[in-house]
Amino acid sequence: MATRSISLLVNGRRYEREVEARLTLADLLRHELALTGTHVGCEHGVCGACTVLIDGRTARSCLTFAVQVDGCEVTTVEGLAPAEGELNVLQQAFQDHHGLQCGFCTPGMLMTLTELLRDNPDPTESEVRDVLTGNLCRCTGYAGIVAAALEAARRLRVQQGS
Amino acid sequence: MKPAPFDYHAPRSIEEAAGLLASLDNAKVLAGGQSLVPMMNFRYVIIDHIVDLAKVEGLAGISVTGAILRIGAMTRQRDLEFSPEVAQHCPLLREALSHVGHRQTRNRGTIGGSLAHADPAAEQPTVCAAHDAVIEIASARGTRRVPFAEFAVAFLTTAVEPDEIVTAIEIPLWPAGHGYSFHEFARRRGDFAIVGAAALLDLAPDQTVRRASLTLCGIATGPLRMTEAEQVLTGKRFDRGVAQAAAAAVKAITPVSDIHASAGYRRHLAEVLAFRALRDAAARCSARI
Ligand code: FES
Ligand code: FES
Repeated sequence: MATRSISLLVNGRRYEREVEARLTLADLLRHELALTGTHVGCEHGVCGACTVLIDGRTARSCLTFAVQVDGCEVTTVEGLAPAEGELNVLQQAFQDHHGLQCGFCTPGMLMTLTELLRDNPDPTESEVRDVLTGNLCRCTGYAGIVAAALEAARRLRVQQGS
Repeated sequence: MKPAPFDYHAPRSIEEAAGLLASLDNAKVLAGGQSLVPMMNFRYVIIDHIVDLAKVEGLAGISVTGAILRIGAMTRQRDLEFSPEVAQHCPLLREALSHVGHRQTRNRGTIGGSLAHADPAAEQPTVCAAHDAVIEIASARGTRRVPFAEFAVAFLTTAVEPDEIVTAIEIPLWPAGHGYSFHEFARRRGDFAIVGAAALLDLAPDQTVRRASLTLCGIATGPLRMTEAEQVLTGKRFDRGVAQAAAAAVKAITPVSDIHASAGYRRHLAEVLAFRALRDAAARCSARI
């Protein structure tokens, strides 16, 4: 099977790999780059656990082949925290508001909300719920996740205002 | 790994892409991948050659010339959703897009991909049917333009031949101030519609219907124009009774019955959603001078 060489930036670090065309970005991240923070639930675009940012936009990494992101910049959940052992504002809000239980959906939730809060720093609850329709959570009932998103938006606005 | 092995091609031009499709066996075009890749992951489809259009020059873009909105096939749904041209000239498309999948899938999904996939409940083909769009299709044999009414031919099947590529969608625009509305019912937001209804209305200042377009999706193998209902409306003064009579006319349909909903339930939804779409479209008409 023919392979192709790809080069991409993941969380600011450059990776070059020879990959099979059918390798998904999710599997590249998890199996080749050992970035297992991105989770794989359904592998057909329904659950959102595998959400990452490709050139700043959220995407299903299970529906994207690694060859398609040649030359792109990918951000995964590992790229969110400012330093080892620390949490960013959104992650801290998840912890404070019980935005996770088992944590399986959390990486996808964080990436989806990272895009939302960047594009819309003051979202309404219904805007938060609308973007979260693309991410399934089987544990929390979403209430804690929505509360965390709104609280993170508030803290980020205060931070930016000061 | 989920999909069966395939070779990947990333042409830079339409000519190169068309040449690949003309010469390769069992090749398939990859646009945004939000419908094709799930089918590959399930191995519903097994493809030998993927021709990715992402790097083809000139396939994405939105422009308005005269009374035509032209959309490049590789334009991402997210870019259409936030396009000022679409919001101004074709607000029905903008409203329909809010029902298309989720933000994460709209970021990559394309309008051309949705049309070529032709899911019976998909919103973008429904807007094309409502607006009598023309689909531009290219191959090594040349370019042809297919009216939407001849584009969707059967379940998940379009007029696009295996060696052809959807390159653009041309949407004839309605006059400024026309009314529009898209309603759908799905079990969860972002799912495919069980039934959807798209309405366009052009009303005279005295509320006389100059022109009406009513389209349903989710009931047959593709979007269906409700010509009988349109006839009920045209030339009448728009009011609640006329909208109800037009919506009642859609009950003549014979909807599909499947695991998601019975034919009877779909017929009921069709009437309810048709009425709501017409009512809201009329409310949005701004009387023109
Ligand atoms: S694993 Fe990608 S959407 Fe579920
Ligand atoms: S925390 Fe368990 S799935 Fe969301």
